[in-house]
Amino acid sequence: MKPLLILPILLPLGFAALSLFFLHMRRVQRLLSVVGMTSLLVAALFLLQFVWRQGIGVVQIGDWPAPFGISLVADLFSAIMIVLAALMGLSVSIYSLADIDAPREGAGYHPLLHFLLMGVCGAFLTGDIFNLYVWFEVMLMASFALMALGGRRLQLEGSVKYVILSLIASSLFLSAVGILYGLTGTLNMADLVGRLSASPVHLVNTLAVLFLIAFGIKSALFPLFFWLPASYHTPPVPVSALFAGLLTKVGIYALIRVFTLLFNQEAGYTHSLILIVSGLTMITGILGAVAQNDFRRILSFNIISHSGYMIMGLGLFTPLALAGSVFYIIHHIIVITTLFLVSGVVRRLQGSLQLPEMGGLYAQAPWLSLIFLVAAFSLAGVPPLSGFWGKLILVQASLSAENYLIAATALMVGLLTLYSMSIVWGKAFWGTPPDGKAPVRILTIRESVPYYLPMAVLVLLTIGISVAAGPVLTLSTRTADQLLDPTAYVRAVLGEKP
Amino acid sequence: MNVLLAIVTGGLFGAGVFMLLRRNPFRLIVGLALLANAINLLIFTAAGLTRARPPLIPTGAEIPPENMADPLPQALILTAIVISFGLLAFTIVLFSRTFETLKVNDFAEMKERDE
Amino acid sequence: MKSLILSTAAKYLLPMLLLFSAYLLLRGHDMPGGGFTGGLVAAAGFSLHGFAFGMSDAKRLLPARPLRLVGAGLLLVLGSGVFAMMKGDPFLTGTWTTLTLPGPGEWKIGTPLLFDLGVFLVVIGATLAVLLGLGRED
Repeated sequence: MKPLLILPILLPLGFAALSLFFLHMRRVQRLLSVVGMTSLLVAALFLLQFVWRQGIGVVQIGDWPAPFGISLVADLFSAIMIVLAALMGLSVSIYSLADIDAPREGAGYHPLLHFLLMGVCGAFLTGDIFNLYVWFEVMLMASFALMALGGRRLQLEGSVKYVILSLIASSLFLSAVGILYGLTGTLNMADLVGRLSASPVHLVNTLAVLFLIAFGIKSALFPLFFWLPASYHTPPVPVSALFAGLLTKVGIYALIRVFTLLFNQEAGYTHSLILIVSGLTMITGILGAVAQNDFRRILSFNIISHSGYMIMGLGLFTPLALAGSVFYIIHHIIVITTLFLVSGVVRRLQGSLQLPEMGGLYAQAPWLSLIFLVAAFSLAGVPPLSGFWGKLILVQASLSAENYLIAATALMVGLLTLYSMSIVWGKAFWGTPPDGKAPVRILTIRESVPYYLPMAVLVLLTIGISVAAGPVLTLSTRTADQLLDPTAYVRAVLGEKP
Repeated sequence: MNVLLAIVTGGLFGAGVFMLLRRNPFRLIVGLALLANAINLLIFTAAGLTRARPPLIPTGAEIPPENMADPLPQALILTAIVISFGLLAFTIVLFSRTFETLKVNDFAEMKERDE
Repeated sequence: MKSLILSTAAKYLLPMLLLFSAYLLLRGHDMPGGGFTGGLVAAAGFSLHGFAFGMSDAKRLLPARPLRLVGAGLLLVLGSGVFAMMKGDPFLTGTWTTLTLPGPGEWKIGTPLLFDLGVFLVVIGATLAVLLGLGRED
């Protein structure tokens, strides 16, 4: 079991290092990339199965005992996130075979993809708050390079905004870690549980808000989301698909981890704040989406809006609500990545992603339209697709917590999502292209396979979650129970206390 | 000593934020560097200060001397320095490329070319 | 811009800096030093040479392309960690052994040295890749 826990970090590291040697051999690069991601997915699935059967797994790096060394901890939440990360990594690496040009591949696109996955998996696995910071930086470094790689004007501009805001968020995160160490004298999250409850409440609350701001920037919550729609539409489509699916979710993961494990003493204060933020995030995000004209910008604003749903469960802080959050994360990562991948094919077919310049996609590519339709309906929460179940659980949880305002917000935002998706459908898929447009491109079979394979798999997965919502909910419920009861986590890391 | 370092940390944070708010890209980089140093000093001060007791075990001894300095914040700061070094290096390259391509030297002029 | 003082100094400083970096690397386990500082000193030597004679000239002095150095370093780091795993210990557990050599007597070597060597290579490679990226004109 011990190698299993560390494989999600080692595999991407190994494949990234290997492919650095073959930068000028395109075929070897591509082969290594797909093989690496596949092996990561297999390892992740085994890890999930292990954690499901035998409970939380722990490895002490370098054999240093728990509060002193760095612990890697895999509970159900971590394992689920790693499986999703690996799945997105594999989809994007296959999609990239068709969509990434030779100069970018020569400049190290594939190794960077693996470094990014290493950072993401490390952040999901670590049980040490400073180590979490380090993995965040690994992930950021790779994402900066991917964002700027081979870029012209627009892409470089987007990168500058993204880099500055990310660096400021990291600074806040690191300051919070420093003060946390000064307050408690430990950085191991399991060890922190006991020590924080013995610390003065006002200091703990201050720290909690500092962490909320730092992770809030990373996960693009209200009012700190402005960097996301300014940058996510600029890099190549596979890159923005991966960022959309994974990066903000790492922020959400960190929020959920920190606010279930460490800062749960004053839930009346901190978690109400999160709930308010979640409602405002949903509303502002979707209002932004409705006002946009660029396909990927609409999707970017939808990411923001739906991050609100994911932390809504955290804000309500009941077992059902948290299960809803976990369910929603699983659903959202798959669906939003699919939609971004669709936008890449659309750009190839129409030569643009500006809605006024588009039209007639339904006649041009019926299968693509079907994929878009399923994913968009799922995002909006049309029954019986996966988004519907996620929203249903969250709304039910808020009703039973007698929080009617947030329930109404969630329902209304779902409706507005449908509206924003129908704008895209109406302008890009229906209608006729404007006159005087350059002739559209036709994809060859060779190009189509890497484009359509990942999208088809992800859409089938969405449908699978919709049909098998029961088992996924069972998984989410068990995850939520594990999150809400930190004693098992603490015991797994520190061992039995005398 | 604590008070003095707290004032210095605050001053560095203030100067860093001030530089971050300038419109010139080069000043922004200076601001980020100042902020990184402010945080290092913050970690160092928050973790507690000891005078002239480095966390090293003398030759021949088996256990460290009493009341020695806490080695962990030093390790944290070292890691943070390494990371901020890498990030700053990357940011400088990115900025020099970007503003060479855009042929501007001001963030305010960048905004106009957004679409 | 050619400067006689800089190029003469760089010629003599590069080997000295490389020697000093090896010294830092080797003493790093128990005393101040180690792979990171050693790597930085070596990278400083190469970049000084680059400033004096041009970055492409400094690149020629390297045994491999900078990014390959990074790759090799990462593989060394990986290897030093996996070595312990094959013995059944957790990842990155230090493993030591003593070699008796005729000249210097007993040598303690272990996987942390391998790890440090990996870091050394990564730092040189990454620093020079950044400098080459800055110096490239297109």
